[in-house]
Amino acid sequence: MNGGEIYTFKILRYDAQCPDKGPYFDYYKIRVITGLTVLTVLLRIRDELDGTLAFRSSCRSATCGSCAMVINGLPNLACRTQVGSFEDKTIILEPLPNMEVIKDLVVDMTPFWNMYEKVEPFLIRKSPNPEKEIFQSEQDRKKMDQFVNCILCACCYGACPVLARDPGYAGPAALAKLERFALDSRDERPAASLEKVNDEKGVWGCDTLFRCIDACPKEVRPTDGIVGLRKSLVKNKFKRR
Amino acid sequence: MLEYDVVIVGGGLTGLRAAVGLCEHYSVGLISKVHPIRSHSIAAQGGINASLANNPDSKDDNPEKHTFDTIKGSDYLADQDAAELMCKEAPGVVFEMEHWGCPFSRFPDGTIAQRPFGGAGYPRTCYSADLTGHVLLNTLYEQAVGCGVRIFYEYVALALAVDEGVCHGIVVLDQTNGKLIPIRAKATLFATGGYGRVYFHSTNALINTGSGIGIAYAAGIAMKDMEFVQFHPTSLLGTNILITEGARGEGGYLFNNKGERFMERYAPKAMELAPRDIVARSIKTEMEEGRGFEHEFGTYIQLDLRHLGEQKIAERLPGIRRFCIDFINVDPVYEPIPIMPCQHYSMGGIDVNMRCESAVKGFYAAGECSCVSVHGANRLGGNSLLETIVFGKLASRSIREYLEASEIRPDEKPLMRTEAQVEQKIRRLTFDGNEKPFQVLDELRKAMDDDVGIFRTPGELTRALAKIVEVRERYRRVRVSSPALHMNYELIAAMELEQMIDVAHAITHGALLREESRGSHFRRDFKDRNDAAWLKHTLATKGPDNEPVISYKDVVITRYQPMARTY
Repeated sequence: MNGGEIYTFKILRYDAQCPDKGPYFDYYKIRVITGLTVLTVLLRIRDELDGTLAFRSSCRSATCGSCAMVINGLPNLACRTQVGSFEDKTIILEPLPNMEVIKDLVVDMTPFWNMYEKVEPFLIRKSPNPEKEIFQSEQDRKKMDQFVNCILCACCYGACPVLARDPGYAGPAALAKLERFALDSRDERPAASLEKVNDEKGVWGCDTLFRCIDACPKEVRPTDGIVGLRKSLVKNKFKRR
Repeated sequence: MLEYDVVIVGGGLTGLRAAVGLCEHYSVGLISKVHPIRSHSIAAQGGINASLANNPDSKDDNPEKHTFDTIKGSDYLADQDAAELMCKEAPGVVFEMEHWGCPFSRFPDGTIAQRPFGGAGYPRTCYSADLTGHVLLNTLYEQAVGCGVRIFYEYVALALAVDEGVCHGIVVLDQTNGKLIPIRAKATLFATGGYGRVYFHSTNALINTGSGIGIAYAAGIAMKDMEFVQFHPTSLLGTNILITEGARGEGGYLFNNKGERFMERYAPKAMELAPRDIVARSIKTEMEEGRGFEHEFGTYIQLDLRHLGEQKIAERLPGIRRFCIDFINVDPVYEPIPIMPCQHYSMGGIDVNMRCESAVKGFYAAGECSCVSVHGANRLGGNSLLETIVFGKLASRSIREYLEASEIRPDEKPLMRTEAQVEQKIRRLTFDGNEKPFQVLDELRKAMDDDVGIFRTPGELTRALAKIVEVRERYRRVRVSSPALHMNYELIAAMELEQMIDVAHAITHGALLREESRGSHFRRDFKDRNDAAWLKHTLATKGPDNEPVISYKDVVITRYQPMARTY
C-alpha cells in the first residue's frame, strides 16, 4: 500500500493457558491510510504479521459489539475507531478491564452475561396476550429508545470504577437493560422484582461518575437507567406504606 | 462426549427461534462460534415483512398478495408452496415476537408500524427504526435466556457425523479451552447463515463464511441454487456497510453524475423500489457507462435523503445517519450518501424441503444457510428476517415430530471416526506447508468479485473456475502459525477456507452452466429468462476430485404461472 503514515501498534499480549510468560507488549509497525479503522489494522496484523494474535470481531460496523477493547486508554469498539483520529503515532491496545483475560484482547465475559441474566432481561406479562399486537403508543415506545439501542459490548462494564473494586456489582449494562423493561408499557413485572437490585450490589452501588456514559459507543446513558430504577424503588416503598 | 436430543448450530434468529421451540420438551445444546448476540442477524436494518395491513395504504393487503410478490420477486424460481407457507405464517410470528417484547416502531394508533420496501405491492415491512435485526435478535436471545437454553458460545462446528444416511451429531472445537468435543444428538439443525464472505466486497459480517453449508456438503448433502447471490444496491462506499433499503422505502432517491434519477429508465413504475437485482444492475450499468462519481475508494452513485428532512432521518434512519458520519464523514441530512452495490445475501444453500429436512435423516437446516427455496433467484427485502424466524419455528416443529415418531439412537462410532478425521486435518494445517491462509483466501475472494459478479460472461466464469481449482491446490500447502487449539483464530480461518472454496466452486460452476438470466443471475450472453430450459433448481453434490457434480430439480408451481417480470 502506498502513501499514509507509519503507526506503531503496541498490543498487550497474554495467554491464560501459559501464565508463566506473563503479560507483555508486542509492537507492530503498520502503514495507515486515511479512513482505516483499528479493527482493519488488527485484521491485517493477524493475517500478515502474527497469526497468533487473538481479538474478537464480526460485523465491522459498530453493531454486533464484538470488538470492545481499550484503545489509547479508553474503552471503545475497534471497528468504529479511526486510526487517524489520534495525534500520537503509537496506538496502545489493551483488553477491557474488570474481566479476566483469556488471550490477548479477548476477555472472559461470563460475569457480564451472568449479571445480564440476573435482572430477568425479558418481557414479563400477566395479562393474556391479544390475538394481534399489544398496543403501545409512539410516546411509550420512545421512552425506552436509548436502552433498546444497547449492543451489550461491555465498554461500560470495562469503564465502571465500581466494578473495579466490587466484582459483585451488577454493572451499568444489566441495570440499563432492566430499566428498558421497567419502562416498557407492555411489561407487567411485579414491583417486587426490582427489589433484587435494591442494594449496594445493584442500583445503590453506582457512584454516578458517568464513566459508562463516556464509554458507550451507542450513545446510551446507563446512569439514566440506574437513576430511573432508584426513583421507581423509592416510589414503590412509599406505595407499600 | 456431550449428548443432547437436539444440537443446533448457529445462535442467530433461526437457531434461537428453533431452540425456544424445542427446549421445553427436549434437551437442546446450542453451538455458536460467536456469542449469539454477535450473530449477523443483528445487522439487519430495514424490517420484516408481514401482511398486517396496519398501514393506511395497505388495508387490503393479505398473505396471498405477499406470496405473489415473493414469487414474482424470485423470478419464479421459488417453490410456490413454500413461499405461500412463509407468507401465511408471517403475521403470526411477528405478533409472537411482539408479545415476547420486541420493541417495534409504532403507528399513531399504537399498532406495529410498516414501511414500503422493494418489490412489494403494499407497505408491509414491520420495523424498529433501522435496527430491526438488532431488536429481533435481542428479543429472541432474551427468550432463550428466559427458558434456559444451554448455549455454548465460541464453540466452532467442524464436521458432521453422517453414516448410512443418518446424522449422529457433530464435532466441535471449544475455542476457549482448545478441546475437540464430539456431540451426539438425535437431531442436528444447522442455522449457520450465509456465504457472503467468499466475496471481497460484502455487507456481511466477517463470520459469514458459509462454513456450515460447506460442512454439510462435505458430509454428502447437496447445495442448492448456489449461483443466486444477491448484490445489494446500496452499500456504503469504502467499508461496504449496508445502507438499508428502508432508506429508499422512506423516500430516498438515487442519482447519477448527470443529476438524473436514472431508475426511471429501468423501472419506471417502481423506481428506486424495484427489487434489488434490478436496482443493483441499473446502478452497475450507470457506473459502467460513465455516469458514476469517482472517488479514491472507487466508483459510486448517490443516495439522496436530504429532502426527507432532519426529523424523519433522525426518527426512521438514525443508525444509517450514524454509519455515514462515523465511517465516511458524510451527514445524510446535508449531503447525499456515496453508495455502491456489493454482495449481500445468499439465496442458495443447503438443500432442504419446506419442513427443513435434508436428504440425511436427522439433519435439518433453516435460515440463510438453507435453500428451501422461498427466495428463488432474488430475495425481496424484508423477507430474510421473516424466513429466519418462520423456518426456525417450523424446524423446531419438524424436529419435534421426528423425535416423537420413533426411538432414535445416535451412534458413537461415526462420531469417533469424524473426530479422528478432524484431528488429522488440524495436524496437516499446523505442521506442513508454506502458504498463509489469508493469501489463499484473498485470491479466492478477488476471483469471485472480479468474475462472478452482477453481470456474468462465460469467459469470466471459466477464468474464475480455473482460479478456484488453483486455489484448491494451494490450499493443500496452507499452514497456520501456531499448533495451539485454543483461541487460534487463524486455525479456524484455515479450516473454514476449505469450506469456502467448495462454496465458491459450486456458485461458479452453477453460474457457468445456467445459460439464462433469472433474478440475481445475469448472463450477458443469455439476457432473457428461459423457462422452457431453466425453470429448475440447481443441485451440487461433492464429487470425486472435489468437483461439484450438478443435477437439477423441478420448481414447485401451484397457482402462479411464470409471467414477464416488470416493475
